[in-house]
Amino acid sequence: MDQIVFFTDILLPALQKGLIITLQLILLAAPFGFVLGVGVAVGRQYGGPVTRVLCKVLVYFVKGCPLLLLLFILYFGLPSIGIVFSAFTASVIGFILCNGAYNSEYIRGAMLSVKDGQMIAAQALGMTRLQAVRTIVLPQAIRRALPGLSNEWIYLIKYSSLAYMITVIELSGSGKLVATKYFTYTETFVAVGVVYLFLVTLTTLAVNAIEKKYAVPGMIRG
Amino acid sequence: MHTDEYILKVEDIHKAFGANEVLRGVSFEVKKGETLVFIGSSGTGKSTLLRCINQLTPPDRGRVWLHGEEVTNSGKRINYFRQRIGMVFQNFFLFDHLTALKNVEVALIRVKGMSKEAAREKALAELRQVGMEDWAGHYPAELSGGQAQRVSIARALAMDPDVILFDEPTSALDPELTREVLEVMRTLAQQGMTMLVVTHEMGFACNVANRILFMENGVIAEQGAPTILLTDPQYSRVKNFIGQFLEYNGD
Repeated sequence: MDQIVFFTDILLPALQKGLIITLQLILLAAPFGFVLGVGVAVGRQYGGPVTRVLCKVLVYFVKGCPLLLLLFILYFGLPSIGIVFSAFTASVIGFILCNGAYNSEYIRGAMLSVKDGQMIAAQALGMTRLQAVRTIVLPQAIRRALPGLSNEWIYLIKYSSLAYMITVIELSGSGKLVATKYFTYTETFVAVGVVYLFLVTLTTLAVNAIEKKYAVPGMIRG
Repeated sequence: MHTDEYILKVEDIHKAFGANEVLRGVSFEVKKGETLVFIGSSGTGKSTLLRCINQLTPPDRGRVWLHGEEVTNSGKRINYFRQRIGMVFQNFFLFDHLTALKNVEVALIRVKGMSKEAAREKALAELRQVGMEDWAGHYPAELSGGQAQRVSIARALAMDPDVILFDEPTSALDPELTREVLEVMRTLAQQGMTMLVVTHEMGFACNVANRILFMENGVIAEQGAPTILLTDPQYSRVKNFIGQFLEYNGD
């Protein structure tokens, strides 16, 4: 078959479909993963004893469990106790848990680096602990956590391909289907790789822009 | 009854950190518009005393009253009292990620619930009062120590507190910057702000204080108006203490 026809009529349409699914996975998982990360970090740092333990246990298990296994449990395992997710939903939940657990460690580390005086001054003005965390500690911590968080977003882009293992035909999956059908492994997987590289580049540029926008003199270099 | 004669009443405050008894029964009262200056060697509990007043460090025993309402054991209402009791710290503790203006604004908006416009206007007025209006858009890292401390005074003033606690406000500053901060504080005192000041600036203590409280070993050892403390022979300890400083200054 003509190479050009293969690219334009077969590979690109397939990858486009896969890319849309991949983007849906990422764009759904990233915001909730961020919120979960902030919540767990704050819970571990400022929560009551029960909250602390719950957050710690969550992080412990998610970090200790291969993501692929987590997806298998969510998709193949849970139906046996009556909880049924679609493959897509199971993937998003797995990604949120994984992304959130790792994010929480970056954010917690960054919160630990915020000097005590910031909290003391906020409380001396009459802020509750929660107000102080929200308006003073977190804005500083998240700025400091951004480089680490960007790592996690990049990981997320790449491990979103694991969704294929529980039947979601995302970017890697659609590539795999084309490759095996037309015996075009090299061309197809190189093309898939280029798309991931593009997504990662886009993310890196976006994070750089965010870092620059929120840079504060003396706190973090602009 | 004289409920409103005193703004602030501190009653028999005790505080220990482990085996170290820092405060061993401190009591005093403050009238509106008074400036009290606490002096004494390091480690005699002066800063701890200030932090016990707004409960940043809860005392082991004793009570604090603001306008006849108990500040100690006030539960969640402590946040109300902290609005009424301003505090200025040795290391300023400005919010690193906020401009000078926003440092002053943030509690007005978040704690007092003021609108953004009203908070901005109020914050600018307070910055003007301490001579920092032109620096409103600068971040803490871009300010000198003296400027940062003046912003932190503006931040405390903006809450319209009944009393402001100054915890060694000039100890982190060189003499020149110390002067600009003390000038602001002197003006505040003259305008009738009620102030409790922990400091090693004896000149400020002698010139601005209505009363000097000399602390030793966790209690107020001697107290009185500066002129009396310095002239009456019965107050020998405080005179010796101040004398050391004057010798160093070569006066």
